[in-house]
Amino acid sequence: MKIYRIHALICAGGQCITAGGDSFEEALKRAITEKGLEDEIQVVETGCMGACEKGPMMVAYPEGILYVHLKPEDANEIVEEHFLKGRPVQRLMWKEADGNFPTLDQVPFFAHQTKVVLRNCGLIDSENIEEFIAREGYSALAKALSSLKPEEIVDEIKKSGLRGRGGAGFPTGLKWEFAAKEVSDQKYVVTNADEGDPGAYMDRSIIEGDPHTIIEGMAIAGYAIGASKGYIYCRAEYPIAIKRLDLALKNARKFGLLGKNILGSDFNFDIEVRMGAGAFVCGEETALLRSIEGKRGEPTNKPPYPSQKGLFGHPTVINNVETFANIPFIIAEGYEKFRRIGTETNPGTKVFSLAGKVITTGLIEVPLGISLRKIIYDIGGGIPNGKKFKGALMGGPSGGVVPASKLDTPIDFESLQEIDSMMGSGGMIIMDEDSCMVDIAKYFLKFTVDESCGKCTPCREGTRQMLEILERISSGKGKETDLEDLLSLAKTIQQTSLCGLGQSAPNPVISTIRWFRDEYEAHIKDKTCTAGVCSMKKPTLEVKKNAKKIAH
Amino acid sequence: MQKKSLIEKLHDIQENQKNTNHLPKDMIIEAAKESNVSLSKAFGVATFYTMFSTQKRGKHIIRICQNQSCHMANSALVVDELKKTLCIDFGETSEDGLFTLEHSSCLGMCSIAPCMMIDDRPYGNLTPGKVVEIIHSIKVGA
Amino acid sequence: MAKINSLEELRKIRDQAKESMVARSGNAKVKIFASMGTVGIAGGAREALKAMIDELEKRDFHEVDIIESGSMGLDREEPVISVERDGYLTTYGRVTPDMARQIIAQHVINGQIVSEWVIARNKK
Repeated sequence: MKIYRIHALICAGGQCITAGGDSFEEALKRAITEKGLEDEIQVVETGCMGACEKGPMMVAYPEGILYVHLKPEDANEIVEEHFLKGRPVQRLMWKEADGNFPTLDQVPFFAHQTKVVLRNCGLIDSENIEEFIAREGYSALAKALSSLKPEEIVDEIKKSGLRGRGGAGFPTGLKWEFAAKEVSDQKYVVTNADEGDPGAYMDRSIIEGDPHTIIEGMAIAGYAIGASKGYIYCRAEYPIAIKRLDLALKNARKFGLLGKNILGSDFNFDIEVRMGAGAFVCGEETALLRSIEGKRGEPTNKPPYPSQKGLFGHPTVINNVETFANIPFIIAEGYEKFRRIGTETNPGTKVFSLAGKVITTGLIEVPLGISLRKIIYDIGGGIPNGKKFKGALMGGPSGGVVPASKLDTPIDFESLQEIDSMMGSGGMIIMDEDSCMVDIAKYFLKFTVDESCGKCTPCREGTRQMLEILERISSGKGKETDLEDLLSLAKTIQQTSLCGLGQSAPNPVISTIRWFRDEYEAHIKDKTCTAGVCSMKKPTLEVKKNAKKIAH
Repeated sequence: MQKKSLIEKLHDIQENQKNTNHLPKDMIIEAAKESNVSLSKAFGVATFYTMFSTQKRGKHIIRICQNQSCHMANSALVVDELKKTLCIDFGETSEDGLFTLEHSSCLGMCSIAPCMMIDDRPYGNLTPGKVVEIIHSIKVGA
Repeated sequence: MAKINSLEELRKIRDQAKESMVARSGNAKVKIFASMGTVGIAGGAREALKAMIDELEKRDFHEVDIIESGSMGLDREEPVISVERDGYLTTYGRVTPDMARQIIAQHVINGQIVSEWVIARNKK
């Protein structure tokens, strides 16, 4: 078998490619051929390595030399100096603030992370099923089919304490148990890959970087609950992810890891990809199922829950991408090993997309229970330009803000709820002193108003009313009664909306009022925006001309 | 596996309208018949999803992100430049029928904000100057 | 690509594929350092390196990292190859392609140093 002395792993995550990673890769391959080194250097495209802000990125193994911000014109120098003469090119390497050039395992951004879900991203060719298998891929499925009964798998997932990673945090094992108990000639397993939260790209990176881990997780779920069919509902804004999924499914079928008699057992399971068409509300599970059925993505009442009556009226387990990506680890290694990570009530890890005003932005995976302070300062490197940290937005338009006074809050489902914030799907946007919290709340509310499906009045009309109030406040026309009106509206919308989108729409407003009331009051009473963001001019409600989603 | 859902049929129809990127009425009716749903249901689906359009659009659809991270990276300047260069507002198509400007949901590329997608291709680290170049190169290649 | 019908067949594929990815695993049993200074290259370091890789492939031994480094400053002894194995770093001097093959067969794979060519030996 061929031995390559250097493995040059180039990040082929969406952001690195878009920033020019594909042009760099072409230039690198050309330079390698020109120097006659094709037999010695293996160029591999891998999934998202995580330090998205430093892309295009490449890691040269075995030393783990990290190259960042690569351009096509850098290729010749790397090949000549490093690959040929053994002298890594320092001016192109990751450099820490103290002047050191760390290797991959020495970089604080990576060293503080715990990779379970992202264990293969950045290490394998995401389009090569054999490399997935090399790193124990499909061994969990093999173990399940050859030595575990379906109820034992459900039990293992229950004992692991895994909770849904899409934001709601519902115990996964319990969800599977409900579906397993139902008697039906047809059941389904569905992956929610309709990642719509602004600032969140965890699921995209998992799909692009390690699609087989989701397939494996879904197959194990299918075996556990008695389903023979699965769907992956992926948003249409992720064409690269869809392409990689299609290829991965094709390869899995070729190897007999999907289809009839998987791994020689009598378990049959296959998966189809279904694309979204641009509707945030389809991230809500019942809306998503309606969309797979070819209908408008309008949420339906719960109960019945999908595990009882889901896709096409049959029992369905629907879980988030990241939730399924945890399954192979739990089944292969056992629930105890999983529980050793994280905390007692919140075991395991969570993937976050760290964005906004932080020095190193990107994708990170950390044990639950870690403090926000550690994430921002130890991993992210702190706030740039000497500015002060003001707040962290978590949970997107359904979430809230974690203020500076709560920096040491452990990141887990309950602790975040206590401070009127939310884990959410993993989007984490860091704000500094130059951000206006009224502007942020208004922004998220505008998003929700646009994305409301229009089916129920509290959400459709209520959020619009809230937005109008915020528009007035941010343009110097706030009234004394505005804050009470906002909070009262918020309560009504929370309690009477049909689905999660409406129920959580007021969260950003509630949270920012709780922690930054003085800022709101300055806008209303003094007609000033302390951060200097709001123009305090006459507001205009921007209407999306091409979105005709309001039900008639 | 299952036959195509109505939404997938509509995606296919729209993709085939290369110059107008829309769903012609008669084709929606046909798709409704094939999928065995009523016309009102089919039109309900066609008008629910933001990526579908029942009105003719340009050859290239520009979807620019103005969500939180892009907003903080000054996407507004890029949007203004796009509007100026193409002489259109959101939801409108340029006179030469080449470009339609639309809002996008978050593209999940926050580290290289501001971003946009033109058809299937993403672009990041945008500046007003860069978008002018991109538009020009597409026009020249068109 | 044939269908996998059992756990054993899956493991076989795993083990084979794992071998081709040793360089990324950090788990190599042996590390080989090849000094690639100008003098070394002039003296045939690349030919020695190629011979080593060829010998490793012939003998199907994959648990090795091959790392090029700049000149070690031992110009008189170039080409210089060092082998890190079993807690020791052994340095060989004036390595020809034939010597390189021998070092692979005897030291890298079987753990026996080739004493007559050693110019330095340190505990790692």
